[in-house]
Amino acid sequence: MLASRSWLSRPLHERSTRLFLGVLIAALAVVSLLNLALPAGHPLHVSTYTVTLLGKYLCYALLAVAVDLVWGYLGILSLGHGAFFALGGYAMGMYLMRQIGDRGVYGDPVLPDFMVFLDWQSLPWYWHGFDMAWFALLTVLLAPGLLALVFGFLAFRSRVTGVYLSIITQALTFALMLAFFRNEMGFGGNNGLTDFKELLGFDLTADATRLWLFLATGMALALGYVLCRAIVASKLGRVCVATRDAEARTRFLGYRVERFQLFVFVVSAMLAGVAGALYVPQVGIINPGEFSPIFSIEIVLWVALGGRGTLYGAVIGALLVNYAKTVFTGVMPEAWLFALGGLFVLVTVLLPKGIAGLLAYRRPRRADPDPSTTPGEASA
Amino acid sequence: MNFLTSLADRDRVFDFLVPVDSPVDVRHGPILYLEDVTVSFDGFRAIDRLNLTIDDGELRCIIGPNGAGKTTMMDIITGKTRPDTGQVWFGSRHNLLTMNEPAIASLGIGRKFQKPTTFEALTVFENLELAMAADKRILPTLTARTTGEIRARIEEVMTTIGLVELRHRPAGILSHGQKQWLEIGMLLMQRPRLLLVDEPVAGMTEQEMERTAELLTGLAGQQSVVVVEHDMGFVRSIARTVTVLHQGSVLAEGSMNQVSMDPRVVEVYLGAEADEEVA
Ligand SMILES: Nc1ncnc2c1ncn2[C@@H]1O[C@H](COP(=O)(O)OP(=O)(O)OP(=O)(O)O)[C@@H](O)[C@H]1O
Ligand SMILES: [Mg+2]
Repeated sequence: MLASRSWLSRPLHERSTRLFLGVLIAALAVVSLLNLALPAGHPLHVSTYTVTLLGKYLCYALLAVAVDLVWGYLGILSLGHGAFFALGGYAMGMYLMRQIGDRGVYGDPVLPDFMVFLDWQSLPWYWHGFDMAWFALLTVLLAPGLLALVFGFLAFRSRVTGVYLSIITQALTFALMLAFFRNEMGFGGNNGLTDFKELLGFDLTADATRLWLFLATGMALALGYVLCRAIVASKLGRVCVATRDAEARTRFLGYRVERFQLFVFVVSAMLAGVAGALYVPQVGIINPGEFSPIFSIEIVLWVALGGRGTLYGAVIGALLVNYAKTVFTGVMPEAWLFALGGLFVLVTVLLPKGIAGLLAYRRPRRADPDPSTTPGEASA
Repeated sequence: MNFLTSLADRDRVFDFLVPVDSPVDVRHGPILYLEDVTVSFDGFRAIDRLNLTIDDGELRCIIGPNGAGKTTMMDIITGKTRPDTGQVWFGSRHNLLTMNEPAIASLGIGRKFQKPTTFEALTVFENLELAMAADKRILPTLTARTTGEIRARIEEVMTTIGLVELRHRPAGILSHGQKQWLEIGMLLMQRPRLLLVDEPVAGMTEQEMERTAELLTGLAGQQSVVVVEHDMGFVRSIARTVTVLHQGSVLAEGSMNQVSMDPRVVEVYLGAEADEEVA
């Protein structure tokens, strides 16, 4: 246990991680303060609407970190991480649906509205248990985790990597989208799950709940970031980088490469699931659109723009692109995809290492304590 | 067979902390022994009734024209290629023909391939760290700590291969020669008893060659080293015993001087080489 504590706490000794956490926590505090302390008319007041919007961005940031973990460090370009995000979201959505109770339009104490509408007599078996928060939270981790485990086991065992893997991850999320669109699946079909009332007994429309959700997302991002940093800074992280750059050589050194890939892939999928679960109560809906292949590609673009293989770059990319998206879709929604595409081309040409690459230039080399020396020093 | 699997088992976390007690038994003779080994590829005999003996701690050079079977010989020793007939023994106890590649590697036979592959994005230190004998399952790797002993071992190897100054530089920026040394260092991290090195100085500068010669001669004694090399100047500078391979079998064996005076060797190999040197 002592050993495992030390690998997890290792990032807390890194300057870059401390800086990241400091900025994040300061931002959370400032937003909360500006939301709570200032009257609604004040020019610096942050409205609850904005708080929720920021909370949504933070969910995307966590999702981007999950993608960067597998893409940046393991070299696995997943174009299907939206599926893990959506599964986590659906698990949360099912819990929120059951929380509605008899307050739905049809007033059925057990069945969600869409089931009543479809004339279903009883709850499908896989909806059982979702009235319990612990069960739903477990599913938030296990549903994406299990999918990643099965999918990854098959893919990595037969050494499917590179473009082929990217393509089948797209196929995976596309297939799930089609499945979730079907009413018979029992996930609300086209409309998805919505009209949520409360979470853990708290009113979802209340300002305080929204602020708490925002803060919870910020904490989840902080924890997810530290977990990923801990993985990346461990010897396992170096095995990942070795696998990314020379898979056969790594295998030759005696590492069971496919198991390392599977492990990291599953961790990443679970993080994506958590991001999805936090996203749903804030936006108030989950529908099959989250499974769309385009969404998964967008996530990769955030990471590429922010700077692959740095983790904080993924966060910066997700925040900036989604802020730009909000602004843009407000002004001229049709042009957003073109703007995104153009931005991507520009950055790949001018900033191949993304925004993080730009930041790294400005910092002196090796500002971080060296990963290979810190652990020993930390333990000494 | 039980004994062999227990050898392949890597439960002990810090193997290298245990005093070198390789299970190889060299009390009664050589560390490597090949007898009457033959391999055919589609009827073509790449190795033809080859006999070879390497003593414990010896540095042996193997030369021979292209296609003589040098690389194939290494493939046989490391278990990559199975001979049609013959015997291959590691010490007096281990019949290598009954073992697979990982088992042979964990017995202490390390091999450097012709083309060096290091992990470019990782530092010299990290490259050596990954190569170290250790528990290579997921959780032990995740929680592994770079203890003082591990660090000391890596320092030692970095000193041997002359890359101490470059410890924190990524392997990608190393020169070709430095990458070759790093690769040898990665082999040393596993504390091999026998090192097989295929064409170490191809593409090296004069200076790098000299350093490599020092490195390899320095290694001999602690471990046995078998070097396959084309460069005659290099072989002359390190060789104690030279084996000349031709058409899959030993043509001559002895000191560099003896061998280079052997008329058959001059004819098939050194002759051509000598012409080149004169030219
Ligand atoms: N897998 C194989 N299938 C068919 N032929 C092979 C195979 N491996 C080696 N050979 C042949 O066996 C012969 C010996 O090859 P080998 O690579 O051992 O030579 P070498 O002495 O290492 O030569 P070089 O100095 O060029 O490296 C060559 O004629 C080669 O074409
Ligand atoms: Mg060869």
